[in-house]
Amino acid sequence: MLSSVILIPAVLNGLMTGAVYALIALGLTLIYGVLHIINFAHGALLTAAMFAAFFAHQWLGLDPYIAAIGLTPIFFGLGYGLQRFIIGPAAHGEDRNILLVTLGLAVVIENALLYAFRADTRTINLPYAFNVIEVGSAFLAVPRVIAFVVVIAVAIALWLIMRWTDTGKAIRAVAKEKLGAELSGIDVAHIYAVTFGLGTACLAIAACLLLPTYYVNPTAGNAFVLIAFTIVVLGGMGSVTGALIGGLFVGVVESMSGLYLGESLGQIGIFVMFILVLLFRPSGLLGERT
Amino acid sequence: MPDLLAIKGLRTGYGPTEILRGVDLTVGDAEIVAVLGSNGTGKSTLNRTISGVLRASHGTIQFQGASITSDTPAKIVARGLIHVPEGRRIFPNLTVRENLDLGAYRRARARRPANRERVFFIFPRLAERHSQLAGSLSGGEQQMLAIGRGLMAEPRLLILDEPSLGLSPLLVEELFALIKSINADGIAVLLVEQNVVQSLELVQRAYILDNGVFVLQGSAEDIRNNPDLKRTFLGM
Repeated sequence: MLSSVILIPAVLNGLMTGAVYALIALGLTLIYGVLHIINFAHGALLTAAMFAAFFAHQWLGLDPYIAAIGLTPIFFGLGYGLQRFIIGPAAHGEDRNILLVTLGLAVVIENALLYAFRADTRTINLPYAFNVIEVGSAFLAVPRVIAFVVVIAVAIALWLIMRWTDTGKAIRAVAKEKLGAELSGIDVAHIYAVTFGLGTACLAIAACLLLPTYYVNPTAGNAFVLIAFTIVVLGGMGSVTGALIGGLFVGVVESMSGLYLGESLGQIGIFVMFILVLLFRPSGLLGERT
Repeated sequence: MPDLLAIKGLRTGYGPTEILRGVDLTVGDAEIVAVLGSNGTGKSTLNRTISGVLRASHGTIQFQGASITSDTPAKIVARGLIHVPEGRRIFPNLTVRENLDLGAYRRARARRPANRERVFFIFPRLAERHSQLAGSLSGGEQQMLAIGRGLMAEPRLLILDEPSLGLSPLLVEELFALIKSINADGIAVLLVEQNVVQSLELVQRAYILDNGVFVLQGSAEDIRNNPDLKRTFLGM
């Protein structure tokens, strides 16, 4: 057995990586829970957000954490517009069409980024990127601690929106009972777009949290979204709490398997666990049985 | 004074299949009117067309003198025409209180607390269960919640689609008494039902829908005594 001196930092680091995974999964599961579609454009939109954060730093000199304040509403608007004016109308009310439209969007966005910025991998240099905070025996990277705190704050904010605002209640209502919602005067197309906007806004925040320590290229988002998919299945499709807990859990699993199997095999733990969950609890750990 | 609701020559269908084949209907202010018919005669199609979920292929629907034929459901709700759908369609994952709150999503938002108290007064069972998830309620309680959610919008006209469906005879009696008292408060009610006998005791006028057209209409008493009705619906 490894001593706690190694184990505890590994768990803490896992939780912090997991927080960003959780945020990406949160957006995915929110959209799935309400629109009942898997948003295949999630990865491409994350990449786009990472490019946006990158150029906000490059051209405007904005720190990614500052850029998040502007990029979050911009990406909310982008998500809202995509759903309201492209995905919704193109789908003609058929779920499988929505699926294909998001897939098409992903192809368009990725290739537009590739065309505009080439396949180069880019990073930004920030003075605090390698700073650490000492917590007991563990040294934690400052960007990861910030990411963890921000994700928890975003999750709480989302929970409050869903719980206490009319729009939040309407989102939950539309998720389960579309006709009942329509007849209560809820504009379902608007609520769909708001949900898509919220999911996309989560990506903008995630991108700004990732950028201080991660690189960006036209396919950078996909690796995260693959993990986010496993989290969404793990936590239960459409379950917001499931996405949060699942994300943190996956972060720890990745960190632990990295510790035991070697850093390059860290992600193997995630996918082994994913297969086990699919075999034994296909509705997810917190998902409703159907 | 124009009628509260006036429908003329309404035709609706799904694709090439026409379900409503030209119906005319009026509901006056504070009136209570029934549309009666058995399964599959077009009752729900009529309701869905009035509330804007389905588009009419022909004909007009006027509410308070203005055309609502091509309005969205949200706009129609905003005007005060509230449709409590068949099968209740409450939000199972929300609490009773949240369900009621969403009844006032588009209308009467400012008077939400007062209206909630009123609904709790009419349906004390809902007050007892206010923090419970709506999906955990019994069928009768869900029906009360659906009507309560409708009342939260301060309706001018309340369309009730098969409220008695799946309820015990005792509950149906209780429910119909409540509908009567809601109407007595000045809210016009369009009751759409299969339950012919009990509905006719409740309403002033009724329309009998069969195969997409009104085959009979008039005062509740006339219809009750009509020999055709007895043969068609009561099997006598």
